[in-house]
Amino acid sequence: MREERQPVFLPSGDRAMVVEFGSEIDPEVNALVHRATAAIERAELDGVVELVPTYRSLMLHFDPSLTRYDALQQAILDLDMDEGGAAGNQRRVVEIPTLYGGEYGPDIGFVAENAGMSESEVIEIHSGSDYLVYAMGFSPGFPYLGGLDPRLNTPRLTTPRTLIPGGSVGIAETQTGAYPVASPGGWQLIGRTPLKLFEPESDPPAIINAGDRVRFVPLANEDAFLEIENQVQDGSYSVAIRQV
Amino acid sequence: MATPTLEIVSPGLLTTVQDLGRFGYQRYGIPVCGALDSVSLRIANILVGNRDHLAGLEITAIGPAIRFAADTTIAVVGANLEPALDGVPIPGWESVNAPAGSTLSFGSPRDGLRAYLAVAGGIDVPMVMNSRATDIKGGFGGFEGRALMPGDILSAGYSHYSSTSLSSSLPPDISRQPTYEQRFTLRVALGPQNDSFSEAGVSTLLGSEYTVSNDTDRTGCRLEGPIIEHISGADIVSDGTALGSVQVPGSGNPIVLLADRGTTGGYTKIATVVSADIGLLAQAMPGAKIRFEEVSVEEAHAIYMNQELMIADLKAHVGLDLTGAISVRSESGVFTALDSEGRIIASPDVYPTRRATRQVSATVGGERFDFEIEVATA
Repeated sequence: MREERQPVFLPSGDRAMVVEFGSEIDPEVNALVHRATAAIERAELDGVVELVPTYRSLMLHFDPSLTRYDALQQAILDLDMDEGGAAGNQRRVVEIPTLYGGEYGPDIGFVAENAGMSESEVIEIHSGSDYLVYAMGFSPGFPYLGGLDPRLNTPRLTTPRTLIPGGSVGIAETQTGAYPVASPGGWQLIGRTPLKLFEPESDPPAIINAGDRVRFVPLANEDAFLEIENQVQDGSYSVAIRQV
Repeated sequence: MATPTLEIVSPGLLTTVQDLGRFGYQRYGIPVCGALDSVSLRIANILVGNRDHLAGLEITAIGPAIRFAADTTIAVVGANLEPALDGVPIPGWESVNAPAGSTLSFGSPRDGLRAYLAVAGGIDVPMVMNSRATDIKGGFGGFEGRALMPGDILSAGYSHYSSTSLSSSLPPDISRQPTYEQRFTLRVALGPQNDSFSEAGVSTLLGSEYTVSNDTDRTGCRLEGPIIEHISGADIVSDGTALGSVQVPGSGNPIVLLADRGTTGGYTKIATVVSADIGLLAQAMPGAKIRFEEVSVEEAHAIYMNQELMIADLKAHVGLDLTGAISVRSESGVFTALDSEGRIIASPDVYPTRRATRQVSATVGGERFDFEIEVATA
């Protein structure tokens, strides 16, 4: 591994290990995680069962009938992380159409007031940049996003809602994200996407991958939301993905 | 011949369809799930002539009543929950023929917490992300993504074996119905975040007795006992979790993460229970007393391999011959083997492994033959 930043290997029992690149939330550290994930996948190392990239490390699950902690560690150190070349550096930006405000985003007024700006400024800022998907987790299809403009930092609801509709887009302190499925939650809801971020019957079951970027794209009105929702229902919608 | 179906007359406390878990999707936040005491499910499957990974029912404490529409070979392995067929007690840990129209029922939990029912051919529910395991929290997989309810009708898959072609019981050196002590020791390998704990903290874990709390489920086994001391806080930037991760949140009480655990977590993990000991935890009742004993990662691997070789021996004893071809065994394990046309001829069936090759040799009539075995996704 020709890297200035060598990973640290941490044992996690007889069937898993952690390949750690740092201890903090940092886009560059996260990029190393995703690069290592891709390189290990390309190499099809013996006995690797699955790879789970997270913010700053990679959890590697392996079959000890076929490989061992030490052998796997050496095999990873021997990998050429740069082999992917330009393709390895290509990033996907997944566009998430979102209807902001109104009954779809009941807390946008509070977020705007908290930030001392208008609702349309909140929309402009929130939909104005790409967010890095550091990892997926917490619940099926839930993306951990980074890059929320600090002006939009908003405390959580004092009393969490018992049920938030699937597709809700919200803000909680320094984080923004979208609930893949209906669940209870305390995030400030500013909008909703008609996309299904998690579909157990699909393979892959989520439209977003760890390492992708996400861009929220404002929808003009409820008709536009319903039209996409119908297309998602009948399977005719194709998610807009840009390569950058 | 009638369709081999199972009708759930009453569901018991918590009965779910489980296999060995959903691998390959944790990167999307999908938990592994699957049988908590996976070795018991595998043995139940072996006894009825199934591959290890086929789905059975995980039965918790209070068992269901199940009516069989056709003659079905069944085995109940794991906890002794007093299984009976039409009211007549049946032995656990061996295969039994359930005649058409008969009803399997359970009495009181005598020993252990979870029993596994395997039926010849396996429980045939649709595969979701390559697994039949029920994800109760996610509401998918298994039977309609939920625990079984009265009136549910399950189908069994096709079985290659007739009930007479296999040995119905385990070899005599394997205890048929083990006693699940409610005071036991779990072997752990330290890490990944043992460095986040003081020396005293690690000593507390390894030197104290912990009690299984009432607040324990398929997600994790919560333990109560002496507080484990961190160096500077319990929170970390969320990273991946493993089966058996001993997570210690700010309270200082450990939680052993189990099959339904979240794929990521933000608390320090001081150690990991070796996979062969997870079954003990799956059988522990609230109030059970647990101690931890440190082993090295190498020792943990050896423990795993012993378990797999024991299971391979069981298959040989029962007469399970997966496709009438060969099974492959070497010092370093038991592998999926492919024939020259790429068909799977033997498989441990535990993981959907990508690929591996191994050299094996055999001496026949004084002549040595060398083979290369390719392992591929089962």
